[in-house]
Amino acid sequence: MMSKKTLYQKLVDAHTVAVLDEENVLLFCDLHLMNEYTSPQAFSGLEEKSRGVLVPGQNVSVVSHIIPTHNETPRRIADPASLLQATNLKKNCTKHNIPLFDTNDALQGIEHVVSPEHGMIRPGMVVICGDSHTTTYGALGVLGFGIGTSEVEHVLATQTLVYRMAKNMRITINGILPRGTTSKDLILNIISQISAKGAIGYVVEFCGSAVTALSTEARFTICNMAVEAGARGALIAPDSTAVEYILARAPDITGDMQEDALQYWATLHTDIDAQFDQEYLFDANDMAPFVTWGTSPDQAIAINAHIPSKASIQNSADRLSLEQALRYTKLIDGQTLEGTPIQHVFIGSCTNGRIEDLRDVIATIGDRRVASGVRAMVVPGSGAVKAQAESEGIADKLIAAGFEWRKPGCSMCLAMNDDVLVSGTRCASTTNRNFEGRQGRGAITHLMSPAMAAAAAVTGMITDARKLGGESHA
Amino acid sequence: MLKQSHIHGHAAALRIANFDTDQVMPKQFLRGIDKSGLKDGLFYDLRFDESGKPKPEFFLNQVAYASTDILIAGSNYGCGSSREHAVWGMQQYGFKAVIASSFAEIFYSNAMGNGLLLVTLPEDQVQALMQEADDLGAPVAIEIDIEQCHIKSPKHEFTFPMSARHHQMFLEGLDVIGLTLTMKNQIDAFAQQHWSKQPWVKDIARKTVDRLEK
Repeated sequence: MMSKKTLYQKLVDAHTVAVLDEENVLLFCDLHLMNEYTSPQAFSGLEEKSRGVLVPGQNVSVVSHIIPTHNETPRRIADPASLLQATNLKKNCTKHNIPLFDTNDALQGIEHVVSPEHGMIRPGMVVICGDSHTTTYGALGVLGFGIGTSEVEHVLATQTLVYRMAKNMRITINGILPRGTTSKDLILNIISQISAKGAIGYVVEFCGSAVTALSTEARFTICNMAVEAGARGALIAPDSTAVEYILARAPDITGDMQEDALQYWATLHTDIDAQFDQEYLFDANDMAPFVTWGTSPDQAIAINAHIPSKASIQNSADRLSLEQALRYTKLIDGQTLEGTPIQHVFIGSCTNGRIEDLRDVIATIGDRRVASGVRAMVVPGSGAVKAQAESEGIADKLIAAGFEWRKPGCSMCLAMNDDVLVSGTRCASTTNRNFEGRQGRGAITHLMSPAMAAAAAVTGMITDARKLGGESHA
Repeated sequence: MLKQSHIHGHAAALRIANFDTDQVMPKQFLRGIDKSGLKDGLFYDLRFDESGKPKPEFFLNQVAYASTDILIAGSNYGCGSSREHAVWGMQQYGFKAVIASSFAEIFYSNAMGNGLLLVTLPEDQVQALMQEADDLGAPVAIEIDIEQCHIKSPKHEFTFPMSARHHQMFLEGLDVIGLTLTMKNQIDAFAQQHWSKQPWVKDIARKTVDRLEK
């Protein structure tokens, strides 16, 4: 009898060039994405040893992290060091015949938004990138994970990685997300419960009726943030929703090839009775909008809940973390978040910078305007998202409501370009990390869904978006 | 990677859990195209105030802690961004090892691949070493025998786990890419077979960009 396998095991097996030892395999990589800041030293490493790129056509680069998002054409990178990173990426890609979405390419954007929207991410692939949010692609049944620059060099030279196998975790979410809650709320809730280290050592498969009901874009948000629980990968078995998403973006998959592909993708699921090393069960019916209060993504509560009290925490290391976080975010233990004034709103990133996210923003704000004293930035995840939002009239509505409509990039998610907050600014953000100093030294980040960030923008405070009467997708 | 079988150093405690790589190496130090200058950026917001002056209260700025080259850190050290600059910066500053109860995965691979030893110990053992360092008011002398996976301070002795592969990498100083390239024929054969089964992934980046340019 064939042994029962998890989806993760199937993906690893299908890419194992050789078993190296009990823990490691040589893993073939179908697609390697690069950006301008984690790849330069890898290319230099190749040059030092006179090595080439083994399979250039399975690699692609995007200028994403350092690019300014000012609304100007052509786009200009004013910072000399950042400009050098962009020109250096182009030089390296040209030399090694690697496709590039460059600074002024109409389709440029965040790597994790650009690559799936053009059909480059297909079920069953292994996709890696020198960026931790590569877990995003799990939403299409793809093993995606982030790597460091040394491993970028390894992939360039060999199209493989020495891969330490992970354990299997399954997170089942039954029920259906209630109106006014989104996949962002769901993943923030899950991370708050399993902790920022809860999935270290694991690849997490998400399943259950709440996941099945989600759109592909909403699933990206879940898999994207799984890394904030420490996961080495996230997976959702490809179903008709995923297949529809891909075929709409892959005009080359037709005829017999399409039949073969569909047949193969149908095998990409965990076998009944396959064993997981760890299992969690959640109920989506209980979910409410979630917001972070601290400096780690697991420090989050429902909008109607209270920040934990110091006295309620037994573990001294956890109590210290709470005290350190609240000192930074200038909040008090036991308080609620609703009504906390914010000065900045950031809508964008590889977590929530897609078209459905922007539609949510519009649905939430209705006829309201950005509150006085609030600066609200919208940075679409890619040129294609931007064009789509403009064709749907979303951009005009946002601009009329007082939002800044900017050019695509990673922007204020990590503030590597000039979109940086000044110390003390409190920001409602649709991004993935509320680390100390992430959006600017001394700036305070509250992670939340696009609908919640939109509600904060028009009220000037952290607000339960459900009370504004708009409707957001799941 | 250089061969290492023993580390003799001095360890001090950083009692912060989930210490992320944004804090190890902030964004403004990621703008280079080489590995230089990262020593200056290490733990920047902890070491320096907003005007760039050293903060006297941070232990690494104190004369008593000048010899610190091993960090005893909170759990999930190195979480967040994949930036390998965090590891290069720690090494440029002089760190040889980090001790914690858990490490983030990408940081773990980056560190071990560069020869920055990560020692994983149970939380109570990490706490015991932190306490020893704090009681001393100075970095505690630590000896790490990589061959035996053994760590020793004046008051404690523990063993730690290390995969066979990482063990070999430290003791023999492997060129990982060079080793993999000896398997190039196997990789080529695998790729041909893989693409015959899944032709829709072959040349996917090039084909997609060519299609978009039309």
